[in-house]
Amino acid sequence: MTRTKYLLGEAVRMALLLAAVSVAAFVLITKAPIDPLVSYIGTNSTLSQEAKDEISEYWGLDDPLPQRFVTWAGHALQGDLGESITYKKPVLSIIRERFSYSFGLMLTAWTLSGILGFLVGTACGIFQGSPFDRAVKVFCLGVKSAPTFWLGLLILTVFAVQLGWFPIGMAAPVGKLASEVTLGDRLYHLALPAFTLTIVSMSEVVLYTRQKLSEIMSSDFILYARARGESRGQIIVRHALRNIALPAVTVQFASFSELFGGMALAENVFSYPGIGTATTAAAMNGDVPLLLGLALCSAVFVFAGNLIANLLYGVFDPRIREGSGHA
Amino acid sequence: MHRLKREHRHWNRRMLVTVVTAAALLYLVGIFLWGTLMDPSYYAVHYENKLLPPGLSHLFGTDFMGRDMFFRCVKGLSNSLVIGVLAAAFSSVLALILGIASAVCGGWVDRAVNWCVDLCMGLPHLVLLILISFMLGKGTKGVTIAVALTHWPSLTRVVRAEVLQVRSSQYVQAAYRMGRSRLQVAWTHMVPHVLPAYLIGLVLLFPHAIMHEASITFLGFGLPAEMPAIGVILSEAMNHIATGKWWLALFPGLMLLAAVLLFDAIGDNLKKLWNPGSGNE
Repeated sequence: MTRTKYLLGEAVRMALLLAAVSVAAFVLITKAPIDPLVSYIGTNSTLSQEAKDEISEYWGLDDPLPQRFVTWAGHALQGDLGESITYKKPVLSIIRERFSYSFGLMLTAWTLSGILGFLVGTACGIFQGSPFDRAVKVFCLGVKSAPTFWLGLLILTVFAVQLGWFPIGMAAPVGKLASEVTLGDRLYHLALPAFTLTIVSMSEVVLYTRQKLSEIMSSDFILYARARGESRGQIIVRHALRNIALPAVTVQFASFSELFGGMALAENVFSYPGIGTATTAAAMNGDVPLLLGLALCSAVFVFAGNLIANLLYGVFDPRIREGSGHA
Repeated sequence: MHRLKREHRHWNRRMLVTVVTAAALLYLVGIFLWGTLMDPSYYAVHYENKLLPPGLSHLFGTDFMGRDMFFRCVKGLSNSLVIGVLAAAFSSVLALILGIASAVCGGWVDRAVNWCVDLCMGLPHLVLLILISFMLGKGTKGVTIAVALTHWPSLTRVVRAEVLQVRSSQYVQAAYRMGRSRLQVAWTHMVPHVLPAYLIGLVLLFPHAIMHEASITFLGFGLPAEMPAIGVILSEAMNHIATGKWWLALFPGLMLLAAVLLFDAIGDNLKKLWNPGSGNE
């Protein structure tokens, strides 16, 4: 009973937050010193003043802000996010197209970094203080402190320019028709950005798992298990991994925000036509509808990750499951 | 004998930590002063020696306009440091005020602050930075304000948690009973208590701020292209990477990485120095 209540309350609270975030994004973008009219028709247009007035009347540019938001949100709820100025296409279709590229990139990096990071972190925690552990720790701290785009540039230099193993950028070979691009081409072009993003997200998981494992290994119940005569392998499988698996998964879901940022930077380095490059292009060109749509899309993405993380806690954490009377 | 030896070692470690921290600080302040006072002629345009690989006359090589990359990096890093310090200072003061207010006042203030924290974290940090910078018309002002306005949430949570620890302690309760106002209690008891955690948090904010400034600049929403900055340098380097000009990307990034790691080292060492418990680990 308490669990359902908790899950429901959490979902409602976060949905309200999402609404507030979209209001904030709307205010931020519409307050920008960019005239949507100018970015639509260009700075040296020959349109008459009457025509300009007509457009801004049609778009409702002179309406007060709350009214504009209600109009926008009303359309957005019906799946109409307006038309992009840069690409001359409906925002929703651009987001859908770009997201199909970004989704592959993020899914690959997210899954790989989660699994590899957990394995490496566990190994580090088990063999704490060994040369392997130290080397991994230094590497992870270095990667964590390095700017993502710089790592991307280095990886690009080494694997694409010096070694020539991978293409320099884009999502498909230049000069090939979209219909002729094979899955192999897509994967080949995906490799380097996905590798960059994996390395960046992995270091966080490794350090987290390693830290948690070493905390648990020094706790009393492990000492007790050892006193009962359990072997190291048994202790790790029976007691340690069970305790760190859930937090690790939750942290991985809660990291959607950083994943999105990393993806945007990696995409820009590799000129990969995904959500990240679309966001920078939209902000560069003053493309208000597209930027709003993308901001909303990123907010939904982060929201989904946080919601899953919180729900996982609610479902699996016994303290929340049994009610919070003694937590 | 054994005890004496241990104490001796302990003293040594403390000294070592202090020395390392001081050296890191000296390096960062040195870069900052050197860059600020540097004569622009050091990184001026010299078309006759463009795209030279690193060598004795140009430690980090030169770029496509023949500018010396070493001096440009120092100047750029110093620019980044200024923005990082400004932004971190502003964000941390905001975090201190919000965190203490949230924990001391409780009730709706607490809920409001928590809600703002969640709101600020509801968008990916990078997207939020882009939006704020976009609203302010990009440029130096845009990136500085964007970085300053978005780094308070995590520190606010830290400060709030620290204050919550002492809020119900007896000396705080006693102070209330003696007729002290909330503001007085906050100032005389809360602030000193959270100060260590706060200062460490502040130092650990710098690397984030600097890195985000560089990222935003790299994407083109930050410092203008004519200003030497690590982000600008790296985004220019991107145009020359395909032709094998690796030094344009490697060294500036290393300088930034070194600065970030040093800030982290200072923060961790302060944690060790101020927290005697962890000094014995």
